[in-house]
Amino acid sequence: MTRCNEASRIERSFREDAGRALATLAKVLGDIDAAEDALQDAYLVALERWPREGFPRNASAWILTTAKNRAIDRLRRERRGREKLERLAALEIAAPSEDPFASEREAMAGVPDDRLGLIFACCHPALALEARIALTLRTLGGLTTEEIADAFLVPHATLSQRLVRVKRKIREAAIPLDIPPPERLPERLADVACVLYLIFNEGYLASAGDRLVRFDLCDEAIRLARVLMQLMPQEPEVMGLLALMLFHHSRRYARTDGTGNLIVLADQDRSLWDREAIEEASALMTRAARHRAEGPYQLQAAIAGEHALASTPESVNWKRIAELYTRLAAAAPSPIVDLNRAVALGFAHGPGVGLRELDALDDSMLIDYHPAFVARADMLERLGRVEEARSAYGLALTMTQNSGERTYLQRKLEALGPSAR
Amino acid sequence: MKYMLLIYTADRPAPEARAAAMPAWIAYTEELQRRKAYVAAAPLAEPSSATTVRAHSGKRTVTDGPFAEKKEWLGGYYLIEAESLDQAIEAAAMCPAAKYGSIEVRPIDEM
Repeated sequence: MTRCNEASRIERSFREDAGRALATLAKVLGDIDAAEDALQDAYLVALERWPREGFPRNASAWILTTAKNRAIDRLRRERRGREKLERLAALEIAAPSEDPFASEREAMAGVPDDRLGLIFACCHPALALEARIALTLRTLGGLTTEEIADAFLVPHATLSQRLVRVKRKIREAAIPLDIPPPERLPERLADVACVLYLIFNEGYLASAGDRLVRFDLCDEAIRLARVLMQLMPQEPEVMGLLALMLFHHSRRYARTDGTGNLIVLADQDRSLWDREAIEEASALMTRAARHRAEGPYQLQAAIAGEHALASTPESVNWKRIAELYTRLAAAAPSPIVDLNRAVALGFAHGPGVGLRELDALDDSMLIDYHPAFVARADMLERLGRVEEARSAYGLALTMTQNSGERTYLQRKLEALGPSAR
Repeated sequence: MKYMLLIYTADRPAPEARAAAMPAWIAYTEELQRRKAYVAAAPLAEPSSATTVRAHSGKRTVTDGPFAEKKEWLGGYYLIEAESLDQAIEAAAMCPAAKYGSIEVRPIDEM
């Protein structure tokens, strides 16, 4: 095998296992930076030795053991952290399996999995929201600082600074890299789900830039939700979160045309929907329902599922969707949920009802939320109130920077025909 | 690790209200002591009693104030011992002033 091939194999091993090794080291050291340094040291050793001596059977255990030893060396050199040294020395990593036919799962058996604690630390409410997103992608996703900066359209140096600051806060304020106690778990799990869903949404509907959808962030969010699912297999809200992402993601090839313009749900080519994703999401919903603990993510997933499982736009069960929004409004009150409930009622009982519901909303919270104006414009259009529809579309157009959405709104305006005035 | 809980409140309550609140503060302090978290604590007099001192370049200046136009002012502190920020947050959330003011949780920089 060529040296180049070995290097790419090591890189792949890094992408696959780094999160796990990092989590274990960070927990013992209480410091993500120090864990990253030790891990980087270990991979440098791997890059030097593996092409010469061959790829070890249990690469994960090898990396973790080497990183642990490097961290011990560093602490000794710097003459600090006696407690950390003791904790590191106590870290047991099972000897690599000697069985050449051992499966990947068996090979990982000796390596502790502390990623859940790292997820909770990265999504800690004491950290700034944008820092939580960046840190989660950096430490648990396989993304580099540059990739994250590019995905969120911020300069590399800015994101790098943000990561330095957030890691320092975790170290200095002693944010635990551990699973919260049971009485705090529901609220902290909600914080984690929020960060993962924000990552997904940023990919699903990019708030800025020319591409409407950025699959890379969606894929990463789904991968992280799968990790969370694997670590907390009995949490119905985690199942709901993953199902919600999968239902949305199933429409990724149908949501935009060849030039990146938005295609609304009713106009999408349903044969382009990813059946496999829809089936996986539906199965997750069935599993979640058995726990009989309804929560905001399961409800949102149920709504997305109603759309995904309708064979035609006409067969969408809007009454059921409106009812789900009513339950969601009770579980997680928000003006946006109220807006969506009004829209669903408009489809279930006619645009006149929908418009009345929209008028009844507290619009102080929705004053610069363009989907509220798009919804109003749509109902006015269906009621034949063309001039009012035109001004509502016009207002919505002034509120969004996403070029795909702007094109969609401009087309709607053109379809209304020339102004009567 | 040690953390400073800095207690910020809007207005100083009337003397009767302060007296009525005393049992809650005593209970809070005792709870921290029971958890072996208590290190030190003190209420501060009103900001109108504050004096600012500087000794830049050997020149001493003493001025009245500061009277920053702030909605909330520092009304007191607790110095506590906690294993992690989460433990310190638990302690801060139990503080009587958390119900009407805000508690800033700052780790002590152990140099």
